[in-house]
Amino acid sequence: MDILNAFVLLANFVIVPALAYGSQLALGALGVTLIYGILRFSNFAHGDTMAFGTMVTILVTWWFWSMGISAGPLPTALLALPFGIAATALLVLATDRAVYRFYRRVKAKPVIFVIASLGVMFILNGIVRFVIGPDDRNFADGERFLVTAREFRQMTGLREGLAIKTTQALTVVIAILVVIALFWFLNRTRTGKSMRAYSDNEDLALLSGIDPERVVVITWVIAAGLATIAGVLYGLDKSFKPFTYFQLLLPIFASAIVGGLGNPLGAIAGGYLVAFSEVAVTYAYKKFFAYLLPERLEPEGLMQLLSTDYKFAVSFAILILVLLFRPTGLFRGKAV
Amino acid sequence: MSEDTLIENGTGEGAMRAREGAPLIDPDNPPFLLGDSMRGGYGAADILHECTIAAEKGQITVIVGPNGAGKSTAMKAIFGMLDLRAGKVTIGGKDITGLSPQERVAEGMAFVPQTNNIFPSMTVEENLEMGAFLRRDDIAGTMEEVYELFPVLKEKRHQLAGELSGGQRQQVAVGRALMTRPTVLMLDEPTAGVSPIVMDELFDRIIEIARTGLTILMVEQNARQALEIADMGYVLVQGRNRYTDTGARLLADPEVRRSFLGG
Repeated sequence: MDILNAFVLLANFVIVPALAYGSQLALGALGVTLIYGILRFSNFAHGDTMAFGTMVTILVTWWFWSMGISAGPLPTALLALPFGIAATALLVLATDRAVYRFYRRVKAKPVIFVIASLGVMFILNGIVRFVIGPDDRNFADGERFLVTAREFRQMTGLREGLAIKTTQALTVVIAILVVIALFWFLNRTRTGKSMRAYSDNEDLALLSGIDPERVVVITWVIAAGLATIAGVLYGLDKSFKPFTYFQLLLPIFASAIVGGLGNPLGAIAGGYLVAFSEVAVTYAYKKFFAYLLPERLEPEGLMQLLSTDYKFAVSFAILILVLLFRPTGLFRGKAV
Repeated sequence: MSEDTLIENGTGEGAMRAREGAPLIDPDNPPFLLGDSMRGGYGAADILHECTIAAEKGQITVIVGPNGAGKSTAMKAIFGMLDLRAGKVTIGGKDITGLSPQERVAEGMAFVPQTNNIFPSMTVEENLEMGAFLRRDDIAGTMEEVYELFPVLKEKRHQLAGELSGGQRQQVAVGRALMTRPTVLMLDEPTAGVSPIVMDELFDRIIEIARTGLTILMVEQNARQALEIADMGYVLVQGRNRYTDTGARLLADPEVRRSFLGG
């Protein structure tokens, strides 16, 4: 019984939150890795693209609320999501026209693209704060829990409860659907294959008659969609604050690099790896061990490896270890 | 147009000597593919100097010469990867000097680069599909023809091209180029870095392709073996036409053999 209680405790505080967080990171990292594989630069504006998409989704959600539209037990934000994606797609295509296309034409080095994306990041940063403000915004509505801790305890008779938030379940389900759709697109459609071909060997893609500008446009639209979905799911699960989205850049890049930049499968694995490490390292295991160990051995301290304030140190440490020992990432992406 | 009007044995020293200089081109009856008096290079300096390359349908034309002779440059100039300062390129009599490489693909040219000529993280079949990207019709027939030409590719069609051996990768590269159903196939050192057995095999396939009526233009480092299968050979030196004759006559010329074929 104690072993079951220990497991439920761990599931409640580590496995379920990390699964949701990992799905959000995976979606973000997929966007980063696609841009890297096809446009060949690390897009530092990705975090703020997520913030922009989420902001538009929140504004539309509020508008829906004012008109009395809701999605019943599901968050209204899901109805607003397509609008957020469309607005973000237009935004990134406009940035591409205004900024990146010029550097493509002059065949600038990747580092110049990176610095340009840093500029785009600051501008987006400003736009988002200007429109919606720097504060926390909660825009989740609908049914809050799929399973509450109390229900779970009554159902199972265990001492520990397992709560699953609607947003956590939604995050995982939507992430799976999006990933299936993305892989189907990349592996089965003519356009998706041409994107992979362009990523694989740009010159040969040109010789085969693949239009690079078309590939670039489609890549941006997909990246905008992934960024908005990731941002909205993160915002629903936690809350929306522009600065948090900027900070998400680190774990997202860590995920993409751990998996191997340019490799979509790697981005997903990297997202879960980073999320699980972050949550597992910052969780206090005192109660967990109290269930498993005999009373005499019960730990005195919190049994927490790192305080949650240091959670970014985890992504950073993973990033450095990977770059030191396996620079192409676990799934052999392109060298950084 | 027959070889005899294109080439005259102008040296007058008997059949053993190959014709020196550029080929004679009959302006009223030009060869199918012609890079005429091309001058150009990558930077300010010219690499090609009045260099002329011609190739006929159903024939294998080989460009040989020492390192730095401008062999690959001449081929790239014909494919439009290099801006010409003088001269012109025609295909079937049509002037294509101003077209980009992509536009030349639509005109029926196909180019197999020396390196990076496959999509390594895509399967063999996907590589072939990408070769036919511009085509909107059914490509299954062409793919079957490529598989017939290179049976090993059919066996490995679901394998990643990057995991194949060097010779098999070259087959994928040639197969990809054939997927557009080109009239001209250009190969930049197709046998670089493959074993002699694989080279012979590859040359056999190239002869087979030429027999279907394609124009084949090839740059080769392995000059002797390449000239053996060549209908026409061009020896370039420092971007100029040094010798131009049939493969057999070039091989028979003691001067050419001594200077360019290692004795």
